[in-house]
Amino acid sequence: MGYLVTDAIDVSELLAQVASPGCGGNAAFVGTVRRSEVDGPVNAIEYSAYEAMAGAEIDRILEEVTEQWPQAKVTMRHRLGRVPTGEVSVAVVAAAPHRDEAFAACRHVIEQTKTRVPIWKKEILESGGERWREDRSG
Amino acid sequence: MPEFTDESSTVQPPVSVRVRFYARYAELVGLEQTTLNVPRPATVGRAIALVREQVSNGGSLPVRPLVAVNEEHALPDRELAEGDLVALLPPLAGG
Repeated sequence: MGYLVTDAIDVSELLAQVASPGCGGNAAFVGTVRRSEVDGPVNAIEYSAYEAMAGAEIDRILEEVTEQWPQAKVTMRHRLGRVPTGEVSVAVVAAAPHRDEAFAACRHVIEQTKTRVPIWKKEILESGGERWREDRSG
Repeated sequence: MPEFTDESSTVQPPVSVRVRFYARYAELVGLEQTTLNVPRPATVGRAIALVREQVSNGGSLPVRPLVAVNEEHALPDRELAEGDLVALLPPLAGG
């Protein structure tokens, strides 16, 4: 499954993928590239990944959702390459019969993604400098 | 009569593994992949210690980095098999 993409992420299209008549709760988490950082304004973030493992790890995370919330449908996309400030870098969508399951499934995917999926980001600063960012604050 | 065995005939060769570096770690050591012969018992921890000793600038890598073996997260005591792919992962930063 192509969870890692280099083109812009269309959140509406993702929501449509998981929507179904039996699901009344639809949740989305959308992460965007922030401008302001400690070392100066950030123009963009360059994302890289250990792609084979990232895909396999995302598969495992989505399988956990199916086990824990059998009625929920989820998917996600994460950008790779250079993503300008303000653009979507990651999106997770979930649909379930009720909102509690949708929120919980969505949160599980984004939290586990940040902890387990081998993706890295290098900030491209307005000053022209670059800096690896390795904290997990998002 | 006691039997004596030739110990040299029972010594097993080291385990050959591929080691990959990602993101900042690849920049630190200046390469993306190398091969490593890890003496038995070959574990992730032993492989990391060898990388830090044998790879140029390997000492700049952490003593206990995040590691994956064959695309799954692994702990230092994980035993390695011939041909395994060991990946050294800088702190993850997706999102």
